[in-house]
Amino acid sequence: MCLAIPGKLESISAQLDDVFRMGRVSFGGTIKEVNLSMTPEAKPGDYLLVHVGVALQVVDEAEALETFKYLQQIGELEELNPDQPIDRTKIPGS
Amino acid sequence: MKYLSEFRDPALVQQYLDTLHRIVTRPWTIMEICGGQTHSLVKHGILTMLPKQITMVHGPGCPVCVTPLGLIDEAIYLAEEKGVILCSFGDMLRVPGTGKSLLEAKAGGADIRIVYSPLEAVQLARTLPEKQVVFFAVGFETTAPANALSVVHAEQLGLTNYSVLASHVLVPPAMEAILGDPETSIDAFLAAGHVCTIMGMEEYEPIVARYQVPIVVTGFEPVDLLQGITMAVRQLEAGKARLENQYVRVVQKEGNRHAQDTIHSVFDVADREWRGIGTIPASGYAVKNAYAAFDARRKFELSPTTAETNNGCMAGAILKGIMKPAECPYFGVTCTPEKPMGAPMVSSEGACAAYYHYAGAGVGEG
Ligand code: SF4
Repeated sequence: MCLAIPGKLESISAQLDDVFRMGRVSFGGTIKEVNLSMTPEAKPGDYLLVHVGVALQVVDEAEALETFKYLQQIGELEELNPDQPIDRTKIPGS
Repeated sequence: MKYLSEFRDPALVQQYLDTLHRIVTRPWTIMEICGGQTHSLVKHGILTMLPKQITMVHGPGCPVCVTPLGLIDEAIYLAEEKGVILCSFGDMLRVPGTGKSLLEAKAGGADIRIVYSPLEAVQLARTLPEKQVVFFAVGFETTAPANALSVVHAEQLGLTNYSVLASHVLVPPAMEAILGDPETSIDAFLAAGHVCTIMGMEEYEPIVARYQVPIVVTGFEPVDLLQGITMAVRQLEAGKARLENQYVRVVQKEGNRHAQDTIHSVFDVADREWRGIGTIPASGYAVKNAYAAFDARRKFELSPTTAETNNGCMAGAILKGIMKPAECPYFGVTCTPEKPMGAPMVSSEGACAAYYHYAGAGVGEG
C-alpha cells in the first residue's frame, strides 16, 4: 500500500483554500485531483509521484513514463480505478 | 538522474544475476523491508533466480499486516456502536479482527466506506455535517503526510465531525527490533524506497553504525531489487557496512522536508503494538494534543486496545523473517486469501498472500 504512482500535472485547479493547492494530474489519461502541498515547486507539465491523493515528489519525465508503463504492464494500477475518481463533487460510496 | 529504459532491460537483469553468481562466496540472509518489494520479488520469480547462497527474508513492511487485531476491533466498534462513517483504504477491509473484519461489519449494516485518499474522507465530512466521519489512518511513513494533511485540512475547514483512528508504523524502530531479536539473523537490509522518499536516509545511519549491517535504499521494480541485492552482497563480501542508495532517481538524502514538517505538526512519535511482533518503543504516531479534537481515540474515549488473541497464525515469525510462509502449517490449508487467518494472507503485499498467488508449487524455496 506504499505504492506511489507517477502522473503528469496538467493544470492547477481552483485552490480549495489558501494552503491547499490542488492540481489535475493525468495518469495515462485517467485524471485525478491531487493535493500539491508537499510539492510547492510543482508546475503544470511536471511529473509527480502520487500516493493516496498527495504528490510526494516531482520526478523526471522519463522515470515517470517508464515507471507508469511498468505498473501498467504488471497490472498494479487498480487503485487508479477510473470508476472511483477523486472528484470533489462525487463521494465514493455515497 | 538515470533514464529508466535501461532499468527494464532483460539483459540488465541477466547482468546483475551474473554478477551476483560471480561475487557471492558465502551464504547471506537479506531482508527486504517493503511489502511492495516482497510482492515484486515473488511475482517476478526473482527468488528462484538468485544464487542459492542468498536467502531473501520478507520483512514487516506491510502496514495492513502489522495492524493489531485490537485496532481493527476498535474501528468496527466505532462504526457499529458509535454510528460513525468509517473510511478506510480498501486493503484493510478483509483483515480479520478478533470477531470479524470491516467487510463483515459493512455487510451487517455498518457504514464503512473505501476511500482512495484521506482527503476524500475530509470532503465527506464536509458534505455530511450531521455525521461523524472517522478515517482509519493506517500506513508507514509514505502515507503519513496524507493522513496528517487530512487533519490540518479538517481544522482549517473548521470541521468538528472529522477524526482519525491513527494506526501508523515507522520503519527504522522495527528494523532495530528485528536486529535485536536473538532469533533473527539478518546480514543486510533493503530499505523501502518510498518510505525514504518522505523521510530521507539519515535515520538509517545509526542502525548501520550500531549493528554493522549494510542498508541499501531500494526501489520496487525487478531491476531495482537485483541492483539493491547486488550492492548489499558486494558490501557483505567486502566486510563493509554502509548506507547506500540504489533508488537515487527518486530518493533524496534529506527526503521531503515539507512532508516531514506536516507529519510532525500533527503527530507525536509514540510506542506502538505491531501485530505478531509486540510493542516496539517509539515506532508509531499518535495525534498531538493540539489536534486532540481530531483524534478518534480521545473523541470516542477508546480504552487501550485489547490483548492479542492467538488463533495459531505464525505472522510474528513470518514478519521477522524467522519462518517462510509455506512453513506455516495453515498455509494454503485453512488459511487462504479468501479465508485469511492472519493479515499476511490478506494484503497482496503480505508475504503469505504473495507466495500463495505467485510462487505456485515451489513456495518453500528461495
Ligand atoms: S499462512 Fe496464514 S496462518 Fe500462516 S502465518 Fe500466514 S497468515 Fe498466518
